[in-house]
Amino acid sequence: MHELSIASSIVNTVIQEVKTRNIKSVSKIGLKIGALTDIVPDSLQFGFAAITKNTELAQTKLLIEIIRVKGYCKKCQTNFEVMEFIFICPNCQSNDINMNQGNELEIAYIEADE
Amino acid sequence: MPEKIMIEKKVLSENDILAQELRKKFQEHSVFVINLVSSPGSGKTSLLEKTIGQLNDKLNIALVAGDVQTENDANRLIKAGGKMVRPIVTGGSCHLDASMILKSIEQFDLAKIDLFVIENVGNLVCPSSYDLGEDMKIVLISTTEGDDKPLKYPGMFRRSSVMIVNKTDLLGFSDFELHTVKENAKKINGQLKVFELSCRTGDGLPKWFDWLVEQVAFKKSDNW
Repeated sequence: MHELSIASSIVNTVIQEVKTRNIKSVSKIGLKIGALTDIVPDSLQFGFAAITKNTELAQTKLLIEIIRVKGYCKKCQTNFEVMEFIFICPNCQSNDINMNQGNELEIAYIEADE
Repeated sequence: MPEKIMIEKKVLSENDILAQELRKKFQEHSVFVINLVSSPGSGKTSLLEKTIGQLNDKLNIALVAGDVQTENDANRLIKAGGKMVRPIVTGGSCHLDASMILKSIEQFDLAKIDLFVIENVGNLVCPSSYDLGEDMKIVLISTTEGDDKPLKYPGMFRRSSVMIVNKTDLLGFSDFELHTVKENAKKINGQLKVFELSCRTGDGLPKWFDWLVEQVAFKKSDNW
């Protein structure tokens, strides 16, 4: 349950943005979360709601986009979607696979009222 | 009219900045750094006790032991002969973060350290997101757990460079199959290096010790 720590990092970053950009209120926070990050969206929503209660972000919604895991086979150069975290090339069965996406944990955007 | 503002900032960018700072400090002194992770009870502390016992004369080893509560693990490592051991009591947090490591190394002279071991909190989920400035993550699993653990915790097994299977002396007493755990681990991470050992009987430990000494030497070499 590290979602609470993650939620708190999100809040700190957003509050900093609010200050530097002189934003009145934030209605939405758009997150990109890679499927391999082991973050449970419901827990993150719960943690975010808990720590923003009675703060300026109390009404802010978290919009979470899950980024699927994609791999690149170093042997036969095939790009493919990694299903169920099995990093094996569907073309040549090699397990020497680079990960192209699925590790993301970022704040993509905020929706703000000036 | 609401306005969409692109931020594109990593959530853990603060941790990542500190981890890079750590990596630089370790690099300056050619300290080889491992981040040891596992479920509770797999044998992280036992492995480190044996490692200290065997390599204390060859290497200057510093260890930080993370625990949610108590300094028990750190005390065990000191008892085993550890000369530079510091506990990190997280007080409830399920993982170590880079700021905790940065604080703990203030007490060490990195110039006098060859190997720096971070014993993370027993947990296969949360520590995987936090870069601690290590050279590699090493995941430990024991034969009293399920041999499907790599499939259940793909994030950790994918991010690790080495998997150690401990308690091989107990093989046959449970349904755990060595070949199954290795197959499962390789599906997640084909490049994973595997050690099989028993901290209790000492079986397989020499290979682990030799490899560790090699890695420390490699970090000090120009080829790193």
